[in-house]
Amino acid sequence: MSAASRANRLTPYLFLAPAAVILAFALLYPIGYMVYASFLDWSPSQRIGEADFIGLRNYTNLLQDAAFGESFWVTIKFAAVVVTLEMIIGVGLALLLDRNIKGMSLLRTIFILPMMIAPIVVGLMWRYMYHPTVGIFNRTIKSLGFEEGIPWLSDSTWSFIAVVIADVWQWTPFIFILALAAMQSLPRSALEAADIDGATEWQKITLIKIPLMMPVLIVTLMLRLIDAFKVLEVIMVLTNGGPGLSTEIVALRIFRTAQEFQELGEAAAMSNILLMLLMALTIGMFFYSKLQEARAARMRAAAEQEEAH
Amino acid sequence: MPNIRLENLVKRYGEFQVLHGINLEMKENEFTVLVGPSGCGKSTTLRMIAGLETVSDGEIFIDDKPVSHLEPKARDLAMVFQDYALYPHMDVAKNMSFALRLERRPKAEIDAKIKDVAEMLGLTKFLHRKPGELSGGQRQRVAMGRALTRNSGTFLFDEPLSNLDAKLRGQMRAELALMRQKVQKNMIYVTHDQIEAMTLADRIVVMHGGYIQQQGTPEELYKRPVNKFVAGFLGSPPMNFLEGDLADVDGRLCVQGQGFCLALSDERRQALANAPRGPVTMGIRPADLTYAPDAGDNTALDLRVVVSEYIGAQSVLICDCAGQKVEVELKSDTPIALGETLRFAANAQAIHLFDRETEEAL
Repeated sequence: MSAASRANRLTPYLFLAPAAVILAFALLYPIGYMVYASFLDWSPSQRIGEADFIGLRNYTNLLQDAAFGESFWVTIKFAAVVVTLEMIIGVGLALLLDRNIKGMSLLRTIFILPMMIAPIVVGLMWRYMYHPTVGIFNRTIKSLGFEEGIPWLSDSTWSFIAVVIADVWQWTPFIFILALAAMQSLPRSALEAADIDGATEWQKITLIKIPLMMPVLIVTLMLRLIDAFKVLEVIMVLTNGGPGLSTEIVALRIFRTAQEFQELGEAAAMSNILLMLLMALTIGMFFYSKLQEARAARMRAAAEQEEAH
Repeated sequence: MPNIRLENLVKRYGEFQVLHGINLEMKENEFTVLVGPSGCGKSTTLRMIAGLETVSDGEIFIDDKPVSHLEPKARDLAMVFQDYALYPHMDVAKNMSFALRLERRPKAEIDAKIKDVAEMLGLTKFLHRKPGELSGGQRQRVAMGRALTRNSGTFLFDEPLSNLDAKLRGQMRAELALMRQKVQKNMIYVTHDQIEAMTLADRIVVMHGGYIQQQGTPEELYKRPVNKFVAGFLGSPPMNFLEGDLADVDGRLCVQGQGFCLALSDERRQALANAPRGPVTMGIRPADLTYAPDAGDNTALDLRVVVSEYIGAQSVLICDCAGQKVEVELKSDTPIALGETLRFAANAQAIHLFDRETEEAL
């Protein structure tokens, strides 16, 4: 091979190099650092080199730690509940608002406002609204003639419901917007065909629209699930994990392990467990969709080949 | 099978009127083709019959029952869409059985019906594939199959072949003609392709600018077009138009123009005895001109051959007649050289005359 052609072959890699360098520093280095840290007994007063290497002990400790288990369970419960509610309400709203009404674009903008508010502010807003005496909810309840207000943030069941409501309020618009976009790009003619085939509006929704939106909805679901597993600010401001451990999700526990208990290694180990869980979800979804696509492409190619003969 | 009648059908989008009072009657089991250039209103008409577009004015009758206020499903129709409109998430069998499943027909009946139709269309092997796993031609067949499994009185086709490549289109056209013989139903077929219209139709309805120009059998429209638009739209290669004057020359009625003077037949002379003499547009089809070096002056055109398009057995010559373009279709073995001026006899029976102003046939 001549020098010139070798240089030619290397050109693309030369252009890719800057991006690779940035990726290595911005993405791989911090992750590698975190993975390494999870094998250390490390407090913030030490430099990383001074920390003791303790192997997998952080992980084995975590697996035996009932509080961490509780956190993990709260997180899964929280993610499952909020994402389910958000999907149902978001897609439902999109179905209702997928039509030409005057002022629709204004309405849509109003609908997505909650998503644009900083999470800390959302937390503060809801904390005031949940306030036992001056909050709007309890004042309304009392003005309706009930003696007692609801102990929004002081009862373990109600505080879970409270953080769920706040999260649903903030993130339903995200699903609404994506579902609406998916709905408006559905093939018109397939819906017209369903009209002619005699489908009612409800049948069109359940048998055509929702199944056709499924790819977008699954991606939306994944994005929300990943986010819900990591949610921190709103809950920190609203309940700070309490009362007890009733709303202490893993992200909050990681934060407190690092900040309050000064256990950087253990916090890193927790982060890794969370990361692995999310990775498993993402990779699973990725391979599933790849597999589907590959199968469809293969069969179509075979069909076209057949036709050519 | 039902009788469909359109009465004064009008479609407006705001101020913009796209259909100007369409009157049309489709008889039982007739294959009606609506044909015209894009924007002529043919698809809108079909979609109004289907119930996918609202009717601005006028009425649609199916078996003398007004239906324009009814939902599509209440009209007893099946439709094949241009982009097939298959349900991408259902396999072929599910696509075809969708309407029957909505009606909650017994499973055995549905299965039997699917089996029949799939056999007829050669889809048996593909029943469990999804549309994304099929080739264009197969998808087209599934779309037909979906329409066929329903026992509707009327079939609507909205440019069903226009997404296929040329070879496949020809093949599917033949299959459609074959299916037509087996399935005795009303069929309304929209296309912009005049070959599809000519080959498939019992009756062609030519539309242009939101108006029906002419309707009749393919032969009627081909032989006796009522205006210049219909004459130029049907037939391939298209009819030649030459500007000239209607004049009496030496006791014969002739069309006289730059570089030619053609005598009309005796019947035409009698029919046009009282017609005003003066400017007309003469139309003659490329196949009605024949190479005849010895033809008389008043029966032939002298044309200079500019381009010869060899097609196979036939060739199309693009010629010049004193500045006007004339196409001639003839056997390829005719000895022709480019650049020569040659004499072509015109079939006097096949000369069409149109009013220069109104473009109506004389």
